[in-house]
Amino acid sequence: MTGIEVTLGEVAASLVLVAVAVAISRWRRAGLEADIGIAVIRSFLQLTAIGFVITAIFDVDSLLLVVVLLATMVGFGAFTAGARAVGVPNALGPLVIALSVSAVATIGLTLALGIFPATPRYLVPVGGMVIGNAMTASAVALNRLGDEMRDQALAIEATLALGATSRQAAEPAVRRALRSGTITLVDSTKTTGLIFFPGTMVGMLLAGAEPIDAVRLQLILLYLLLGAVAISALVATTLAYRNFFTPAHQLKDLPDPGDEGGPGA
Amino acid sequence: MLFKLESVKLDRGGEPVLKVLSARLPDGISAVVGPSGSGKSTMLRLLNRLSDPESGSVHFRGTDTRELDPLQLRRQVALVPQLPALLPGTVLENLRFAAGFTGAEPDPGELLNLAGLEASFADRDVKRLSVGEQQRAMLARAMATQPEVLLLDEPTSALDERTRDSIERTVAGLRRQLGTSIVIVTHDPAQAQRLADWVVKVDRGRLVREGPTREVLA
Repeated sequence: MTGIEVTLGEVAASLVLVAVAVAISRWRRAGLEADIGIAVIRSFLQLTAIGFVITAIFDVDSLLLVVVLLATMVGFGAFTAGARAVGVPNALGPLVIALSVSAVATIGLTLALGIFPATPRYLVPVGGMVIGNAMTASAVALNRLGDEMRDQALAIEATLALGATSRQAAEPAVRRALRSGTITLVDSTKTTGLIFFPGTMVGMLLAGAEPIDAVRLQLILLYLLLGAVAISALVATTLAYRNFFTPAHQLKDLPDPGDEGGPGA
Repeated sequence: MLFKLESVKLDRGGEPVLKVLSARLPDGISAVVGPSGSGKSTMLRLLNRLSDPESGSVHFRGTDTRELDPLQLRRQVALVPQLPALLPGTVLENLRFAAGFTGAEPDPGELLNLAGLEASFADRDVKRLSVGEQQRAMLARAMATQPEVLLLDEPTSALDERTRDSIERTVAGLRRQLGTSIVIVTHDPAQAQRLADWVVKVDRGRLVREGPTREVLA
């Protein structure tokens, strides 16, 4: 594998642009200086650490270690997504399952189709991208699901009141949540190459790859991510909506049923 | 007896809403009457298991409701909430959605007629209905599941007098034409007097009095 050498000095030089960001924040009193500082330090430490981990995994060349690393990413991803899905009771379980299913299905399919070989050099970065995108999609989907369930509580209970199952009653909310979890990547895939260059392609071009190879690998990854994102949003919403209902198809945590106050009640 | 509540207790948000409430509701039209916050809507929701009591029991035609499948129960005993809450789309789509639960094939014209709306309302978007029309569409939607019993939570509280009168005529008509039993929650004793044969009076989560309307509201 050919590559480019990047020195620490070059990384340090790029901090000039961070200084510009800090200067802008201070000048316009945006109050972001501390956050920018934390972001720079955290990104440096986290990426350096993961760099050592990946180096070690590449050296050992063990698929078991890859699985452990990806499982850890699923755990962190689910936890991070859970913090954004505050409106959904017990969101962690559905998220862990959604990210796992999404990662296993996408990576499994690409291996089965022979798109990538089963080596750490492919599995680690691709797995990381898949899990990262699946995390964002399921977080957005569940965040929306929480909003929908709260906003539509009256309409949902009104259909339960006629004998709808919780699944039937929640279906419109689940549909909108799934859509909003997936739409961002669909839209960015539409405009890719026109409005922005995706990261993989940029990286490969910088590393000296032929543009046509960079483009093809990028396309594979984009298509892969579309699948991953749709699977994770589907699994997360399909599992999570159940947490709003009791087994007897009753809506939990209702808003006031109208009898507690209200002009006519 | 259509419904029997025995020593029902229910808290909401740590506050007791129903405190050892026992009551009976026969077939026909019954009214649950009481001031704001007396627990009448909560009581209505127990009748088709939209919630379950913490203690005590609710019986539907002699069977404890907890032994009944909640979905089957709600298809026999439909509840129409106080605030109209239709699904986005047309009135017809709402009717079909509800009829789908029971597998019934809705006759939109007839259902809308029952609820006092013209058949042409079927194709209207629910966003373009007045509150009174929405309330009627809710009634028509509930009737699409062909329930034996209809639970109505303050069906006229948001309406002017004329619309109220016509909804009351619709309710009386449902009983007369289809034999549907109706339980209506209202804060207005005069409405109970106009519609109901039987009245259950509640206050602060307890039964005050129950019996034939002319005795209780005399």
